[in-house]
Amino acid sequence: MVILGAGECGARTAFALRENNYDGPITLVGDETHLPYERPPLSKSTLIDEPGHKPIAAMEQYRQASIEVRLGVKVVSILPAERSIAFSDGGRLPYDKLLLATGARPRRLPETTPSHGRIKYLRTFEDAVDIRSRLGTGKSLAIIGAGFIGLELAATARKMGTNVVVVEAQPRVLMRGVPEAIANVIATRHAEEGVELRCGVWITSMTESDDKVSIMLADGNNIEADTAVVGIGALPNTSLAEAAGIDVDNGIAVDETLRTSIPNIFAAGDCCSFPIAVYGGRRVRLEAWRNAQDQGNLAARNMLGGNEAVDSVPYFWSDQYDLTLQVSGLSDGAVSTVRRDLGDDSFILFYLDAEGTLISASGIGRGSIVAKDIRLAEKMIGSRVKVNAEALASPDVRLRSFLST
Amino acid sequence: MSDWIKVCAMDNINEEDVIRFDHSGKTYAIYRSPEDTFHATDGLCTHEKIHLADGLVMDDIIECPKHNGRFNYKTGAAKGAPVCVNLQTYPVKVEDGAVFLQVA
Repeated sequence: MVILGAGECGARTAFALRENNYDGPITLVGDETHLPYERPPLSKSTLIDEPGHKPIAAMEQYRQASIEVRLGVKVVSILPAERSIAFSDGGRLPYDKLLLATGARPRRLPETTPSHGRIKYLRTFEDAVDIRSRLGTGKSLAIIGAGFIGLELAATARKMGTNVVVVEAQPRVLMRGVPEAIANVIATRHAEEGVELRCGVWITSMTESDDKVSIMLADGNNIEADTAVVGIGALPNTSLAEAAGIDVDNGIAVDETLRTSIPNIFAAGDCCSFPIAVYGGRRVRLEAWRNAQDQGNLAARNMLGGNEAVDSVPYFWSDQYDLTLQVSGLSDGAVSTVRRDLGDDSFILFYLDAEGTLISASGIGRGSIVAKDIRLAEKMIGSRVKVNAEALASPDVRLRSFLST
Repeated sequence: MSDWIKVCAMDNINEEDVIRFDHSGKTYAIYRSPEDTFHATDGLCTHEKIHLADGLVMDDIIECPKHNGRFNYKTGAAKGAPVCVNLQTYPVKVEDGAVFLQVA
């Protein structure tokens, strides 16, 4: 078994193969030099704490599980005809089954001309360490993009005393996948914390000099900052798959069992698009920590001959200041919304389709106050539960009761 | 062994739910199972120190609210990634409608 991509999904797959009693060789191949590590802290604690990455598992655990980890190596091609992958040094590695867990990379901003190292992207541990050195009292940071990464970084940078301005082309923050009422709570909080949010304006150019980054906006204004970080989404790493003749459709296209269009090659995690059963089989690609884990577990079982379909419901979370935002499911296709107030300014918005079936839930509150209900909502979405809107709105009605009807 | 510490009235914990209980600088999670038995474990997930009392109880499992680490709350056993370190469990008893915890 060969796993290409040593991130959350790849590492999970490797261990899951052993947990499912596979006793043959497993090789986990990655181009970074670190053992697989957790990425969610990169926009949060990694920037505040002493730099150090949090490995998903220690080397000893890989040894105990007899998982060979090949790090810092570059794969140049997949050769399906001979069932092997080729490395940049000319070496080959044969496989019986291959998993592509190649992840995603930051989307680049075309208007930029990087020249002095002041325009950054945040994806790897090294990126986080570099950005960390540019944060602090008296320093200024411009963030391009008010998505999860941009806003988490903004919150963390403010905690460290950095002057922060966020530029977003869309009319509001978190336009993708987060309801407006919840996005407004986040935006208000950022403003209270001193973050300057500029939505609905796009960048015409971004240039660097020895001491600053200059960002020209379409409204004629200009922003200057010590550093700029671009967080405008991610693109799936599909080039190796494409070159090998594997179908690609906004990600490496897999079927509901995570099989690609070429036999014995699977794909999972951020890099793949898959038909999602709970939403009628429409094709989606998810960039989410738990999706990487769930699909890693599933890929392992199917690489060992299983034929299980993806049955999970999308789930995302974000921490900013003391607020936690959690989203379960996809809200496209909703015809009505139900609000459930949980006290202490925390609330959940539930989205129902025309039949009254719950299809999505988004919540925000301090700490993990919405977590239980969002997790229950996720199970309700997965079970295609039809709900009574009045009961759903009442915090006195336990969500668990909807699952037992 | 120390004394039994009163946690709360048993009705303060819903069936299939968990609450947080702090005592002597330590956080515990106190559970009421679907079979109406009471249990206690360390209150913080061994992965990232998240409060388990914010998590979801399903059958014998407590699921951490943030990264979905799962434990059997009756035995403390970690049930797969991202957790690998078990939770310590603590004796619990119910007397006169109240829940008591025995801390080590």
